[in-house]
Amino acid sequence: MGNAPILEVKNLSKHFDGTGVLKDVSFAMNEGEVIVVVGPSGCGKSTLLRCINGLEHPDGGEILLDGKRIDSGANLVEVRRQIGMVFQSYDLFPHMDVLGNLTLGPVQALKRPRLEVEAEAEKALARVGLADRARALPRQLSGGQKQRVALVRAMLMHPRLLLLDEITAALDPEMVREVLNVVLDLARDGMTMLIVTHEMRFAEAVADRVMFLEGGVVLESAKPSEFFHNPRSERARQFLNTFEFDAVK
Amino acid sequence: MQDLAVLFKGNNFQRLLGGLGVTLKLSLLSVALSIALGLAVGALMTLKNPVVRAFFRLWLETVRIVPQLVLLFLVYFGLAKAFNIQITGETAAVAVFTFWGAGEMGDLVRGAITSIPAHQRESSAALGLTRGQCWRFVLLPQAARRLVPQAINLATRMIKTTSLVMLIGVVEVLKVGSQIIDAARYDAPQGAIWVYAAVFFMYFIACWPISLVAGRLEKRWTA
Repeated sequence: MGNAPILEVKNLSKHFDGTGVLKDVSFAMNEGEVIVVVGPSGCGKSTLLRCINGLEHPDGGEILLDGKRIDSGANLVEVRRQIGMVFQSYDLFPHMDVLGNLTLGPVQALKRPRLEVEAEAEKALARVGLADRARALPRQLSGGQKQRVALVRAMLMHPRLLLLDEITAALDPEMVREVLNVVLDLARDGMTMLIVTHEMRFAEAVADRVMFLEGGVVLESAKPSEFFHNPRSERARQFLNTFEFDAVK
Repeated sequence: MQDLAVLFKGNNFQRLLGGLGVTLKLSLLSVALSIALGLAVGALMTLKNPVVRAFFRLWLETVRIVPQLVLLFLVYFGLAKAFNIQITGETAAVAVFTFWGAGEMGDLVRGAITSIPAHQRESSAALGLTRGQCWRFVLLPQAARRLVPQAINLATRMIKTTSLVMLIGVVEVLKVGSQIIDAARYDAPQGAIWVYAAVFFMYFIACWPISLVAGRLEKRWTA
């Protein structure tokens, strides 16, 4: 792809009931880059991700994937096949076993042969430590296992870009790590990811760049070492302090 | 006890079985039509159009509030009297039970579809599935699992309620039973209990397997 960005977001805006949730948001992502979006609740992080794969329709601006404009019409299905997304809530299909969940997209959307996809799915499950769970139903899995399956499901579509929307927010603390380790592995493999998370230490470890979103505006966009240790804006400093318990003493 | 013999006197038992046949024919026809129409009605009920919603609301409230017997009289006698339309009791019965069943079934279908969380639709969209694929692989299979036990419950209710059609002259199992009792009033005055017991048993045989299937499906899908 050379130096052309995978994803370009230009002057994106989105309103809900007259309130601006995203205001003139612009950024670009290069291949292999991991951007972590942080910010207080309601700052527009999730809406940003949902706009990118068309679950919300932006009110202004444009989004380009590999230079092609994403619009709400016909190419949306095509675009979503190239953008993987994992949500906060367990979004596995409860009536299908793990393997069924994993193969549905590649077989139905990409029309790949089932046997080939199943073989690939089983390898991928083994990589995330779930080799023996291929025939389990989602309700038989722990939260952390479900989210690992959801990650594998998104990855089996071989997306250009992966969107992760607070994928550990609903998990017990001991399960967070097993899920985030999978994400770190993906980053090492060069996966391009746009991640929304409240896990600041994970953000620092995984990010190439951190975007601080507040009130629908990108207040800072910096390397994690700068952002976490030397934030430029007072608002970002306050936000980061809420994660520091010794700051209260 | 000797009055039990009335059940097997002449061709009495065969007549009862014939009556059961009429009951089952009416029931199965009505249930089949109700399921087919109910699927379409249920899909329409999920639309947000206020006119469509009001129409189906009215339909559903009507079949829930008005007793089935009143509907049967209205269609069978009412149509004949008001518009001089003559239909057989069986036609009237199937029409009324389908009107009732399709409304109730539609509401069950609507409930089954709307109870599926929105993120199921979103995560299938995020996988690049088309709307049609989303319905086929994600929404309908889940809706069916919620629907089948309730639909079967409705079907057994419909089978039982067909006993009302004897009141518009249809000779089904219960009517045959009372004919046999009437005919044997002097020879076997205690015969009624046995005839009704036989009718009870026939309804039980008709509905029980359906309930069994429902129970089994429910178990398999929730285990």
